[in-house]
Amino acid sequence: MKFIWFHMQGYRELPKDFEDRYESVWVTPPTDELCDPKKVGQYLNWNLDELDYAASLGYDGVGTNEHHQNGYGFPVSPSQTGYYLAKSTKDQAIVILGNTLPLYNPPIRVAEEIAYIDCLSGGRVVSGMPVGSPMDVAHCYGITPTQTRPRYYEAHDLIKQAWTREGPFHFNGKYTKLRNVNVWPKPIQKPHPPIWLAGGGSVETWDFAAEQDYTYSYLSFGGRAAAKPLMDGFWETVDKNGKDTNPYRAGFAQIVFVGETDAEAERLYLQHARYFYKKSLHVAQQFAAVPGYVTQRTLKAAVKRGDGSNPFASAAGIDNVSWKHLVDESKKVIGGSPATVVDQIKDLAKDLRVGNIILLLQLGSMDHELTKYNTRLFAEKVLPHVRDVWDDEWQHHWWPTGAKRPALPASADRVQLRKIG
Amino acid sequence: MTAETLDLTLPSGLTANVLKKGRGAPLVFLHSHLGRAWDDVLDALAERFTVYAPRHPGSENEAELMQLDAFSDLVLYYDDLFGALGIEQPVLVGHSFGGAVAAEYAATFNTKVRKLVLIDSLGLWIDAMPVADINGMADRKIPALLLADASGAAAASLFAMPSDPVAMAKTIVTRVSTRAAVSHFIWPIPDRDLRRRLYRISAPTLVLWGREDRYVPLVYAEEFARGIAGATRRVIDGAGHFPHLEQAAATTQALLEFVGR
Repeated sequence: MKFIWFHMQGYRELPKDFEDRYESVWVTPPTDELCDPKKVGQYLNWNLDELDYAASLGYDGVGTNEHHQNGYGFPVSPSQTGYYLAKSTKDQAIVILGNTLPLYNPPIRVAEEIAYIDCLSGGRVVSGMPVGSPMDVAHCYGITPTQTRPRYYEAHDLIKQAWTREGPFHFNGKYTKLRNVNVWPKPIQKPHPPIWLAGGGSVETWDFAAEQDYTYSYLSFGGRAAAKPLMDGFWETVDKNGKDTNPYRAGFAQIVFVGETDAEAERLYLQHARYFYKKSLHVAQQFAAVPGYVTQRTLKAAVKRGDGSNPFASAAGIDNVSWKHLVDESKKVIGGSPATVVDQIKDLAKDLRVGNIILLLQLGSMDHELTKYNTRLFAEKVLPHVRDVWDDEWQHHWWPTGAKRPALPASADRVQLRKIG
Repeated sequence: MTAETLDLTLPSGLTANVLKKGRGAPLVFLHSHLGRAWDDVLDALAERFTVYAPRHPGSENEAELMQLDAFSDLVLYYDDLFGALGIEQPVLVGHSFGGAVAAEYAATFNTKVRKLVLIDSLGLWIDAMPVADINGMADRKIPALLLADASGAAAASLFAMPSDPVAMAKTIVTRVSTRAAVSHFIWPIPDRDLRRRLYRISAPTLVLWGREDRYVPLVYAEEFARGIAGATRRVIDGAGHFPHLEQAAATTQALLEFVGR
């Protein structure tokens, strides 16, 4: 399996009564009241330090994504973070998951930036290509909801051509018209860096992943139980397209909290889980479910399932949730002692048939020290027991060719974990 | 007599679905983002006119929206539709989004409209008094935005939801798809420079508004009347964005006085 240490880059100190005073964590939370630029400067330094720290401990990849105008996570341009990581890390895959294609005009900007990171890193970049969240695309950036997917497909087509065709060539699209496409540079990886799709359950994205032979990552905070019907739908689509069942076709985002014991994990992390589900996911329904943002086919499937078909809308609003509910009942969170976590990760991998785990080890209000503690415990006590899952059966065809499996810290080098809390 | 349903394929390949009732000169009614409905006001009009109520294009089959990028395409769509229906010189009544479409049509084909009625119409933008952000508003706040009396009979009929799960699912899909098909032309701000085309409208025009419209405030009635030479302005008391539902009798009377009995 591949473990990607993924940073959401959120706001760590939203007010205690945030969810009562403000309608939504996304789109409209007033920046002048809530977002202190000096604090953000501190967070950004921590974020990059945490990613570097993960790289030093042997995670296979480091990653981030793109979101706007919110307290949940606002990496804004993932290429900026990717550019930094290309320079600061040596072996890791740099997983940009990803650039929200409909927001770039012209989209060759993405082709250029990803190529840049690929060159700088020696062929270690993954180019994630999500359609984007309705909050970002429709509400923050004002793209017409019904144009989102057509813009997405056209941008994907242009970027892929820009990487693979001999330039200069013309591109006469509906939304982008260019007389001379001729990007400098092209990526080192040939024919192009691995393209990863990411989504929240749109059936068209499954089709697209299966047709194009891309990986698909389901990004949710609902855990494996809630994800099961959706991932089953993805695998059915893969099967229908006559593709194999290689688990590296699939990725899954998972919140993980590791303690020395189950009790310590609960003591250290429960408050942060509550902060995240209560505040970071406090997304107003009208921003999360936008008419026309999903197709009628996906809408009908969602209405049939009885949900809003949006990972943000469906996971939010849990009040004073218990550890038992999060870990045992709903399985939203994997948390506990290293032994508990190892078992849960293996169950998750087999149950959903996923090879790429997008690890969420920093969440919402978690401070820098606790984040490092979680990161180190996972690397030292969980990773050695789970990183070889699937590798006896399957090869990863969607991993950047320049990335190497990083060495885990030798046990002699392991420092005693500082007690936290 | 209930309205008859017409299904048509236009020369462009796009489809249309039209409710038709009555006899006499043609009158076309274009509805809001809440979709086409056969309201009592249409029955009253059907006693004197042949009334046509088209469904929003693209609301049933979203793929059709890819052939309709802007109001200019929509105007041609309706011109094709009127041709296919054999309608000449219609009275054009547009409400809300339908008003923006009607005004665009009347500005483009300015010799082809007998009379124009704009009811609480979208299409203009005043920076100091913006059209409310209906798409950024929680569902529970929508009735009070659109109606003078959010707990009245008009609200109940507009937002009624069937209890049968299958019917409910169908209603949800229809409503969301209709909003999507309307948003397609006006997201995120319902202004496509209609103001600078208003001068072309030469049909006699009635601008009819609910006094308590909180979605497209009354000041927009003045703006339309200012931009269209000779336009008549009528304000309906005790009504919000849907005067023909909240004050059906007064609105019907105002309409009939203008379009002719």
